Amino acid sequence: MVEALATEETIDAQTIDGAIAYLQTQFPDAVKLDDREGYQGLIVDSAQLLKVARAIRDDLGFDYLSSATAVDYLGVDDHMEMVYHAYRTSGGGALVFKAQTDREDAQIPSLVPVWRGADFQEREAWDLYGIRFPGHPNLKRILMWEGFHGHPMRKDWREAYYEEEVKPFDSRWPGGHVHRSEEKNVFGKNVAYPPEIDLNRLMDSSETSVYSSLGLGVDIEQIMDKDGFETNQLVVNMGPHHPSTHGVFRMVLTVDGETVTSLEPVMGYLHRNHEKIGERNTYLHNIPFTDRLDYISSMGNNHGYVLAVEQLMSLGRRYNPPTYRCEALRVMMVELSRIVNHLWAIGFWLNDIGAFFTPVLYFIQERERILDFFEAVAGSRMMCNYMRFGGLFADLPERIKSVSNLANDRVRDYNTMQFLTEMVNERIPRTIDELEQLLTQNEIVLERSIGVGILSAEDAINYSAAGPLLRGSGVAYDIRRADPYSIYPELDFDIAVEQEGDMYARYRVRVQELRESVRILRQILPRLEATKGESIWADGKVGAYAPRVPLGEAYGRVENGKGELGYYIVSAGGKNGSSNPWRYHVRAPSFINLTPMGIMSTGYKVADIVGILGSIDIVLGETDR
Amino acid sequence: MELNLQELKQTEFPVPVELEDNIAITSLSQLYNWGRRNSLWPMLFGLACCAIEMIATASSRFDFSRFGFEVMRATPRQADLMIVSGTVTKKMVVPIVRLYNQMPEPKYVLAMGACASGGGPFKEGYNVVSGMDKYLPVDVYVPGCPPTPQALLYGMIALQRKIDGQSIANGDDVPWYGVGPAEPTPVPVLGPDIIDPRQMDMIRRQAESAAMEMAALGQRELPAATQMVAAKATTQEAVAAAPAEVDSDALNFVLPTGGTPWSEAEDIREKRRLRALARKAVRATRRAAETDEG
Ligand code: SF4
Repeated sequence: MVEALATEETIDAQTIDGAIAYLQTQFPDAVKLDDREGYQGLIVDSAQLLKVARAIRDDLGFDYLSSATAVDYLGVDDHMEMVYHAYRTSGGGALVFKAQTDREDAQIPSLVPVWRGADFQEREAWDLYGIRFPGHPNLKRILMWEGFHGHPMRKDWREAYYEEEVKPFDSRWPGGHVHRSEEKNVFGKNVAYPPEIDLNRLMDSSETSVYSSLGLGVDIEQIMDKDGFETNQLVVNMGPHHPSTHGVFRMVLTVDGETVTSLEPVMGYLHRNHEKIGERNTYLHNIPFTDRLDYISSMGNNHGYVLAVEQLMSLGRRYNPPTYRCEALRVMMVELSRIVNHLWAIGFWLNDIGAFFTPVLYFIQERERILDFFEAVAGSRMMCNYMRFGGLFADLPERIKSVSNLANDRVRDYNTMQFLTEMVNERIPRTIDELEQLLTQNEIVLERSIGVGILSAEDAINYSAAGPLLRGSGVAYDIRRADPYSIYPELDFDIAVEQEGDMYARYRVRVQELRESVRILRQILPRLEATKGESIWADGKVGAYAPRVPLGEAYGRVENGKGELGYYIVSAGGKNGSSNPWRYHVRAPSFINLTPMGIMSTGYKVADIVGILGSIDIVLGETDR
Repeated sequence: MELNLQELKQTEFPVPVELEDNIAITSLSQLYNWGRRNSLWPMLFGLACCAIEMIATASSRFDFSRFGFEVMRATPRQADLMIVSGTVTKKMVVPIVRLYNQMPEPKYVLAMGACASGGGPFKEGYNVVSGMDKYLPVDVYVPGCPPTPQALLYGMIALQRKIDGQSIANGDDVPWYGVGPAEPTPVPVLGPDIIDPRQMDMIRRQAESAAMEMAALGQRELPAATQMVAAKATTQEAVAAAPAEVDSDALNFVLPTGGTPWSEAEDIREKRRLRALARKAVRATRRAAETDEG
């Protein structure tokens, strides 16, 4: 087939296969097909990676680098690998390409000159895997602190509470012995130190050292040196404990008077090792963990993860795709989560621009009602743990109990469909109307948000921004349309876009998306009525609870409230599939959306920074993972 | 406990009839605690998922202001209660301890959720602290992942009950009336891994012995379940034999070499705690005896 496409004229570079063939003819000695079982895309020679990447972006039009992540193949083929997923903002599937390097002295050229969106992701790969990226402007640790021992995601790095490579641990199952991990640690804590520890040279906590490791682009010594020449520049630290940072996020800004001259996001204060734990877990174990990523919209997180694993499972023989009812229920839950997410985001953004805690109370009130529904269906308000591979935890109950009146907490018993109909047709639209009435033309909102925090369309794409941040900058890119999944292709809804790229545009996008979600929900309800009685499981839960997942890689992505949420999963190790993921990576929108935070903030006032951060809408569980 | 005005008026002291409605008699401790328990301001301080439920608890449906938690303050200087709402990471515990040190006495810590109580689902993670109590004294633990707002409210009310039980008459209950400033909790340091200054000696000793083997410090082979119990028993015996020398943390694991000297502050605190416990036991027996008689 490759020979047939050998000449340029016959290659249709619009398709993914065509693009791959084009690269093969252009760079015959730099790229080769990834022919490992279950893998896709190309392996690019590291030395020529930059050249090929430029061609991918400029000649082939893959202008959006969605995800860049590392995999350690210790014990499989003993190398490290960077995996890149590039997309076209005009829609379509991914061009996957990889660059490989030795485990010792791992080095891969940085792609930041091509896609700025690779910035934080490469820093993460350095931090967690110890891969160096020559050409990276600021290659510092990002989630752990400078001085931490080792690169924890490497397969041979063991945490202090290490027991075994993968779960279930022998100590717990089937014997059922329980111990407290503290008991096996000499220090009684979750710590381990390298043998060469030097206690006399602990971290210097002086201001200069605190800030100079951040790469602020200014001379800290000079600013801090009070006797030096006179200057108005200041370094201001915000967070990790700050009422405006939406959790334990930290920003360090340099200001000239009131104007921000540079800003550096500092994160990792909620880095709870999701991926390391995820690789020890079985596939099923991970579902409740995904709930805790973006804890505002757990249903959406579940969805992305089960899609990725289903992609892999579909390579095997014993797999049945989810039934129609299951898909409809999934979409309904996800859209309800999106409503919750946007109500929360708008409410807290208003907090940030000065309407402290009054508007958000109204939105939280509506959220409570949706949470009542989640609780009735999935058993928990926030951490729903609802979706399964090929199915769902449970169908809708016949009746649900919810409060009828939030003012007095009176509980009423409803017929579920009636409850949903009322919620979708009356309550939620009413809340959105009320929200718009109070805010959309509100003078203070307009004053504070129009023309502030501008991100241009080119920058938004180049920095891999996603979700309302991308669409607020005039790029009509929504995965539900660009690379459809589940039953979205048959649903009728529009993509919300605004051209201005400022805070107000993002607010407008969110409001429109609220309305579109309601529109989708209205189409889902009759589908649920029509499929009543149909099973949510195709062919009796085959492999849903303890799947043996065929070898290969998969990238499942969904449009979550905050943007593109992707899961990159590698199944490797065994001969006929694995029961634990070899690599489990989360492409977190909250994390990557912070990459352009610096350029969005420079030139604005300190008071705007808080609003700009609010308009990006991050959640720390996902940012730091 | 809530002050009941009717009860306060019933007193054995003679009160002139015309003043009966104006005079209430109670103990200073009760009055003082009544004020404190009903104006506990939490710190506006969210860590992870649990923080979202904490916000839900603060907003209209659950509304903890009803119980005197009134407003959340963003600065530790105005806060009485630190709700540790979420996973405590090694990177974050440093600012948390610093914030705790900045809170004025009397101050309380509530560990909300599985993570803050003991590490929770992320316990095995390399950046996760196995519970807030590894670094700070915790007054109330609320289980759940996340605890529902109702559970959090229950925990907060439990704290109020704890305050009711404290007495000004007992210096150990209200140490902030003591002489001189309270010892700050030592702030952990981020080295190759997090370092608790209180364990500095121990780390040094371990480093010395490990220098020969060049093995990482901290991890040890997990003994089989039975051995573990036996080993623990031996440690406890050793502790009983030489209580002054052994780190009480050592109860949880087998110390390879002798004990660790505690810093003086720890010593004093430990003694105070023991004394308070003894007194509590005496009180409890007395109360039991009284009820028996009654
Ligand atoms: S206890 Fe559960 S909900 Fe709370 S912070 Fe930990 S993981 Fe999140």
